[in-house]
Amino acid sequence: MKMSDSSDEEQDVNYVLFKDRPDWKDIRPIEQDDDDEIVAIHYTDKFKDVHNYLRALLKKGEKSERALELTRVAASENPANYTVWQFRRDILKTLNKDLHEELDYIEKFILKQSKNYQVWHHRKLLVDWLKDPSKENYFTTLILNKDAKNYHAWQHRQWYMKTFQVFDGELDYVDSLLNDDVRNNSAWNQRYFVINNTTGFTEEVLKREIDYTLSKIKEVVENESAWNYLRGLLLHDKEGLSKNKTVTNFCEELYSSNSQSPFVLSLIVDMCCEQVQEGSGDSIYTLERALQLCSDLELKYDKIRANYWKHMADTIKRKASGENVEEEPTTS
Amino acid sequence: MAKSLNLRSIEELRTSTFKIEGVPTVTSEEQCDTEEIVAKKYEDLHKNLLVNKNLPVLLRKQHIDYLLQNLHFLPTSYQFLDASRSWMCYWILHALTLLGTDINEGTKSKVSSFLKKCQHPDGGFGGGPGQLSHLAPTYAAVNALVLLGNEEAYNVIDRCKLKKFLTRMHQPDGSFTMHEGGEVDIRGAYCALSVASLTDILSKETFINTPEWLVTCQTYEGGFAGCPGMEAHGGYSFCGLAALFILQKGHLIDYNAFLRWLVNRQMRFEGGFQGRTNKLVDGCYSFWQGGAFSLIYSLLANENNPPSHQLFDERALQEYLLICCQNIHGGLIDKPGKPRDVYHTCYTLSGLSVAQHFKNESYILGPLQNKVGFIHPLYNIRPDLVKKAILFFNNSKLISSNVS
Ligand SMILES: [Zn+2]
Repeated sequence: MKMSDSSDEEQDVNYVLFKDRPDWKDIRPIEQDDDDEIVAIHYTDKFKDVHNYLRALLKKGEKSERALELTRVAASENPANYTVWQFRRDILKTLNKDLHEELDYIEKFILKQSKNYQVWHHRKLLVDWLKDPSKENYFTTLILNKDAKNYHAWQHRQWYMKTFQVFDGELDYVDSLLNDDVRNNSAWNQRYFVINNTTGFTEEVLKREIDYTLSKIKEVVENESAWNYLRGLLLHDKEGLSKNKTVTNFCEELYSSNSQSPFVLSLIVDMCCEQVQEGSGDSIYTLERALQLCSDLELKYDKIRANYWKHMADTIKRKASGENVEEEPTTS
Repeated sequence: MAKSLNLRSIEELRTSTFKIEGVPTVTSEEQCDTEEIVAKKYEDLHKNLLVNKNLPVLLRKQHIDYLLQNLHFLPTSYQFLDASRSWMCYWILHALTLLGTDINEGTKSKVSSFLKKCQHPDGGFGGGPGQLSHLAPTYAAVNALVLLGNEEAYNVIDRCKLKKFLTRMHQPDGSFTMHEGGEVDIRGAYCALSVASLTDILSKETFINTPEWLVTCQTYEGGFAGCPGMEAHGGYSFCGLAALFILQKGHLIDYNAFLRWLVNRQMRFEGGFQGRTNKLVDGCYSFWQGGAFSLIYSLLANENNPPSHQLFDERALQEYLLICCQNIHGGLIDKPGKPRDVYHTCYTLSGLSVAQHFKNESYILGPLQNKVGFIHPLYNIRPDLVKKAILFFNNSKLISSNVS
């Protein structure tokens, strides 16, 4: 998690404090009570000034053009001030302002402050009020061009796509992102989201997606994003994760080609566990193999997770020896 | 009892670096850059070890001085956190508690007084005086007051109005909006449940459909997202899991998938945690990810399969925190090269606590004086202070005070 930078907008030498503006003479500014001297911030004069007037207007409930201008300055001083944004929306509604203009304003704002909850929420409400998502693809793509993993941008994108049912071209977009960076987990997640909300994971789609994913794993084996997506796909295979021949053959091939990627070993462990549990005596997915792989992972291939693999081996052993306690009623 | 841990060897570190596999991308480039700056830190430390065996050291005094200074005055660079001042009270007080510092009664009284000014007349707390109520600063303010641990602090909270505020934020689908007209995400449910359980105002009606909604935030990767459909993320995963625990519905999640996702967030070279798959290490996830382990342990214990050891590498995490995340002038950071701040100071120290303690044992990297306090895994507050507050609110009547 990051803390965003403060805005450096309006370092205009001609900037006039509100207390020196003739059209604000009727307002008595309200200072913040910081007598306790607890987490007291050393504000700039400009920051203090605009907030003194903001407090006065909030108290008065004045929703006017000048109030709108005040919120613009306050928001640029501290974009995370949700009270200011809420007030601004109240004013926009009261004055019946042109929301398309506001959309342009917030677009410029987000381009500078793209990791902030409030600005994205403001945009979401504008799109919702206008019932018009037509600019959103262009806009979120612009943001994702700068940072293809921006969580806020993806959340906004998912929201309008689902709300207005506009998924056209999204799989192609995801594909282009994965061609740029096959390790982009946000893009893989979006792939799952699109399919889940359009065709669903039908047998046909599942086959297509498995082929796609395996081809991407071939390019870069140690790419957890693709492996996680593969596991996500297999959640939709009614027979479980160890019956799909394309997948099992692929994993076995990788394994015998001496790729000791923790991700392939870990998947084979789960395949073994599934088959052992079901008692389906598929020759290569045995308890012994699972334990051997856990031990390999612990001691050689995934040492940072040694504790986990030790625990997994214990769990597998315990389950196999019939000490399965999952059916027992839990105490407390 | 405390046991000493040893550092990973340079040889072990060398075999743990990222593999590009001939396909450099933005992700791999950023990852390799980060490993380079982290490697520098580790190499320097191993060199210094030759002359001083007692490394790495937690710079306790520097951190305490930094926090005490910030508890009163913050530089202009904090202006953009003017709507998170209640948070800053919590971050600083909690970090000080972990470091074993008690603040004097006079200062405690001032913090209570300040937070009282952040409380909204309609219930809940804002990020600063006169701001609208918001679930996140409400969570922070209540946690801070619980950390103060005296009746003056407890009495700041208007529980009756707090309950009404929570009810207003609750949505029909079970989710919570952060403030009136605000955004909906999984933080809301956690913050609401946290304050409701601490102040003993938790009722089923306030959280109708919330367990069901939370469960839909678990993703195919195993972690939780901010809202259904989004990508699994450390901060949101902690919120989702802790929220379900407070509702006593932890068993509703696929905990095997959660655990698999969680253990994979620990970086094999850096030793710290990342927030999402294929993203960079960041000190604050030591808590968001690390803190989720103890909750998973209790689920495993319910299945009669309690782990006999931590399920992550507590040694590597302590290495990352002590060697890469300390600013020598006090305060802790995301990763080498980043500026210090109270948020990262709080969550790196919380992560250090998670890495040092398992059951009733302590496992300490560096001198034993590096040991920090315990945390309650649901609230990230010292456990005895949680108990004390809950006991107090259990025994007080729910009446709306009309003091303004
Ligand atoms: Zn961070």
